Amino acid sequence: MSIEQATERWVRTGGVELCVAELGDPARPTVLLVHGYPDSKEVWADVASRLAAHFHVVLYDVRGHGRSTAPQPLRGGFTLEKLTDDFLAVADAVSPDEPVHLVGHDWGSVQAWEFVTVRRTEGRIASFTSMSGPSLDHFGHWIKKRATRPTPRRAAQLLGQGAKSWYVYMLHTPVLPELAWRGPLGRQWPKILQRVEKVPAGDYPTASLPQDAAHGAWLYRDNVRARLRRPRADAYAHAPVQLITPTGDAFLSERLYDDLEQWAPRLVRRSLPAKHWVPRTRPDQLAAWIGDFVTATEDTAAGVAPRDTAASGPHADRFGGQLVLVTGAAGGIGRATAYAFAEAGARIVAVDRDAEGAARTAEMARLIGAPDAWAETVDVSDEQAMEKLAEKVATEYGVVDVLVNNAGIGLSGSFLDTTPEDWKKVLDVNLWGVIHGCRLFGKQMADRGQGGHIVNTASAAAYQPSRALPAYSTSKAAVLMLSECLRAELAGRGIGVSAICPGLVNTNITATARFAGVSAEEEKRRQQKSSRLYGLRNYPPEKVADAVLKAVVRNQAVVPVTPEARGARLLSRFAPKALRAIARMEPPL
Amino acid sequence: MTSAAVSAVSASQGELTARLRGFREVQRLAYACAEAVAAQLKPGVTEREAARMQRYWLRERGVADWFHLPFAWFGDRTAFVGFRVPLQFFPTNRRLEAGMPFILDMAPVHQGFTADIGYSGCLGLNPVHDKLLADLEPHRELILREVRERRPLREIYEDVERLMTRQGYANRHRAYPFGVIAHKVGQVKERRWSPRLFGFGTQALKGLAGDALHGHRDGWSPLWSPYTFSDHPPRPGLWAVEPHLGFRGTGAKFEEILVVTDSKDPEQSAFWLDDDLPHVRRWAEEKSA
Repeated sequence: MSIEQATERWVRTGGVELCVAELGDPARPTVLLVHGYPDSKEVWADVASRLAAHFHVVLYDVRGHGRSTAPQPLRGGFTLEKLTDDFLAVADAVSPDEPVHLVGHDWGSVQAWEFVTVRRTEGRIASFTSMSGPSLDHFGHWIKKRATRPTPRRAAQLLGQGAKSWYVYMLHTPVLPELAWRGPLGRQWPKILQRVEKVPAGDYPTASLPQDAAHGAWLYRDNVRARLRRPRADAYAHAPVQLITPTGDAFLSERLYDDLEQWAPRLVRRSLPAKHWVPRTRPDQLAAWIGDFVTATEDTAAGVAPRDTAASGPHADRFGGQLVLVTGAAGGIGRATAYAFAEAGARIVAVDRDAEGAARTAEMARLIGAPDAWAETVDVSDEQAMEKLAEKVATEYGVVDVLVNNAGIGLSGSFLDTTPEDWKKVLDVNLWGVIHGCRLFGKQMADRGQGGHIVNTASAAAYQPSRALPAYSTSKAAVLMLSECLRAELAGRGIGVSAICPGLVNTNITATARFAGVSAEEEKRRQQKSSRLYGLRNYPPEKVADAVLKAVVRNQAVVPVTPEARGARLLSRFAPKALRAIARMEPPL
Repeated sequence: MTSAAVSAVSASQGELTARLRGFREVQRLAYACAEAVAAQLKPGVTEREAARMQRYWLRERGVADWFHLPFAWFGDRTAFVGFRVPLQFFPTNRRLEAGMPFILDMAPVHQGFTADIGYSGCLGLNPVHDKLLADLEPHRELILREVRERRPLREIYEDVERLMTRQGYANRHRAYPFGVIAHKVGQVKERRWSPRLFGFGTQALKGLAGDALHGHRDGWSPLWSPYTFSDHPPRPGLWAVEPHLGFRGTGAKFEEILVVTDSKDPEQSAFWLDDDLPHVRRWAEEKSA
């Protein structure tokens, strides 16, 4: 397999020949991608093709892998010093004048850490993006720190990573790994990747896998013991580093990078809910983050001032640059949620039927850290309008990473007073709005196959019955169940679904709620009264927004917000009769 | 006492009586103090130091009594983030940093006249703060318009809150004692010794308590709040109005005196004591630019 439209060349260095592939315009900044174990440069195919539009992308097969030749003898031929020689030879061949932007995954990252922390490469590396591969020196210090002064937490971290490193011990046995890779393991590996690591099927891994894996075992044998026993004390990065941490990595604990600021002062952290092989499973996100980081580094080098409204909010590592669509974003919980995502550096699509309010949300979102924000005027209950919106968003802004179906209206009044029109209206917005959102944007997410998250705003009324809110509660209970079912369906595709169940939150919903079975005057009075009551309760929508972000980060299924919502949730499980008694009470309106 | 002062506005010219001039002088003095102190603020200054600078500046210029002692809030304290008890309003050792918003709030009494002002600024560039300051302007217009319409104070309060919500902000004056957007101020007797209670001058508190007592009998309150006791038309007198916007850790307010009279002429029934104030000038400059 070769990467489409790549030109290949051979670089001879230290007794081996390296196969180097290039894409994109050589006049652009050079991005050098280094693959891991057991891989060849083809692991980067999807990321490289995406980056090629803006950069000069270079990939090479590490010695002994893919089409590069292996050193003779193998033992001692894979030391980090020799790998650094290879890197310098490739960098000099493809970008003799300018420093390169280095990107490494797995062992590619391990060796790139060596490149970026040794003196002789200074001035040759402009930036480094690391994923799933720590510096062996930093790792050595990490272990030493925890082993010499073990608190319970440190001991647990040490044991946890020790268990995740089982394969490292296996690879240190002689001959057996080679036999396994050239035999059954090599044959089964593609299936294992698909089943366990959720790597999409296709023309990866390549046919050279058994050979790559057998040779690559020497990466471990030549370096791991030596470096962990005597880690360098001066392994400081001389270029800005972006660290992308897949949170579901089976081989590396997130805790490994706790002390990283000490080694890389100019560190940008990113986290991604994915497993180990992110270059295969999340190419869009990686290409976006690598592109942003390279561009930002180039701008800084050229003296262009960075944006003065940089995102600094909580979870900026997780949502930076992602596309978030929020419905009902002109006020209340929707607006607060849009702001919270904006503070985390996400790009925002604020959807509401109130055009002015949505525009205002987008404007403020840009001010507080969103790299971009757009307002869309759509009624979520309008099927055709939603379809148009989905199409427009997909073509103009991209596939939505986080969808927040939040738009909703209030309807109070006894069941016998509620007219079919009232029912239709509340179900159209509260339930059908969510259905349309999940259907259209959820489909885009699923088709892309790179994960995502859907948040539906249900309500504590979804499990707290009430004589005052039959229609509203019914619609919200439906949203809650829809979310649970959808969560089950989409779990296999890496898409999470959360239902948020707020209690009494101080928003505009009370002022616009319909009160069935009363005169217009009485309705106005009740709207005012309920607004005042909610104002006295004064639970801010910002706290709900924080819960939304947390729900996405932790992939929580059902999140009650406000004490009364949590209390009702507890009662609904353990004392439903008490809830039924509360349901009979007339609200003080 | 204040209603007597304000009923005596020359209807033809709108010229101010000697008493109103007295109030305007002390308000100008307070704003001059705010600008002078703001100009001296630099990274590392604490809230306590900023409050002390205001106190000394005004004391040097003859201020001996206070409605309340100067406050200073820096950073997210301008939006009263996490405020639960009133003691949190008092200046802390929070240090000012580049880009941080700040609010100086002081209420000096000078020759018996009271001012209560709030001055919002920020150290260096802060686009969010600029936006907040600009968005305070419609509130000043809204309050004046609705007071002239003689709408109940509670309704005006709710309209201001609605406008804030529409703008995407939180109402932060709700954090003040009784959630007030304004309170009455008046003349106080100058005494050689005027102790303070929790930072509030006892003379001024006495005036407020007297108003509250009278108001309680007549169905009005010197505190302009969201509660039923403010469900009455604007009461003639001087009101220190302080709408306070909060937006995710950034807050901005202005505070100045609104004069309410019992005149039948809408223009004369309510007006801002002074239109030559830093925030008003700033809006005018933005418009011309």
